[in-house]
Amino acid sequence: MWQALSEELGDKGFVPITVAFDESPEAARPYIEKANPQHPSLIDTEHVVAHRYGMINVPTVVWIDEDGKIARPSTAEYGTDTFVQFHGRESGPFLDAVRAWVNTGEVQTDETVPSHMPAPTADEELARAEWALAWFLHQQGKSEAAAQHFERAGELSPDDWTIRRGSMPIQGQNPMGPEFFELFKDWEARGKTTYASMAAERKN
Amino acid sequence: MSTTPFTLIDQGQPHQIDATTKGSTLRLATEPLLEALGWTQKTEGLCQGDICIPIANRPDLITQDGVDLVALGELLGRPIALDSDESTASIGEETAANTTLLADGIAPDFTLPDLSGKQHTLSSFRGKKVLLIAYASW
Repeated sequence: MWQALSEELGDKGFVPITVAFDESPEAARPYIEKANPQHPSLIDTEHVVAHRYGMINVPTVVWIDEDGKIARPSTAEYGTDTFVQFHGRESGPFLDAVRAWVNTGEVQTDETVPSHMPAPTADEELARAEWALAWFLHQQGKSEAAAQHFERAGELSPDDWTIRRGSMPIQGQNPMGPEFFELFKDWEARGKTTYASMAAERKN
Repeated sequence: MSTTPFTLIDQGQPHQIDATTKGSTLRLATEPLLEALGWTQKTEGLCQGDICIPIANRPDLITQDGVDLVALGELLGRPIALDSDESTASIGEETAANTTLLADGIAPDFTLPDLSGKQHTLSSFRGKKVLLIAYASW
């Protein structure tokens, strides 16, 4: 989808940049090769972008203007409607908003778009440090020590799926399996509904 | 003074630095630690370029045994995650730096590789409208 949008709008000074929060280039490779993108399609094993932009789930989309300013803060957006029954966020209005932005400079917002990027809390920053420690220990073959720090990171930042779900494939868990349903139940128990509505909740 | 090897992770990069522990205080060798984090000790305090943080009122921060890592994290506003058993710690990013950028509506810069290993930097796309899309296979 992003490749099609790039072809449609590329000569108007538009470029999509995708960033995969995966544990290795190999985990992201099948998706990238299938899309065969001509735009930058990057791998972020350390979750650098998640951290710097305060992203807590995927997909997350940010609009950045010609001067490197944030034109529209993080929202949950989808390029296709493949999983719309799960998240309820249609791609059509979003893609039209991107076209309008590229063609006219107008930034359309709706109730899901926050007025600014929420700053990470001290606990969220510590959670990232715990996650980095866990990821390093795991790569050193110290899985048991790593597991404790993945757990601690999740406790410090319970709504952050880049931490809680993103660590599942690293630890050999199925991100669509029982551990994911545990995470989802915990998330619902704290009054969360869909990812898109959660993004809206962070508005203030 | 007996020292043990210690690993400090900063922005995904491991640094090997000698450590000593007295009681519950972990100290890392001063020179390699400050060099790894990009700080220099001067008469004004700890300096990075033109910016100096006075440390005269913190006599316990740096001793002959090294720098108190946890206290340094507090001073720099960078969180420390520690695993004493594994002699490994991770130092997080400066909370205030990210907050300031985002509050001013500035897109934080980053450099990341693609599948072929080629590095791409966000700021090299100035003059274009960028749609930044984060996703994952999970």
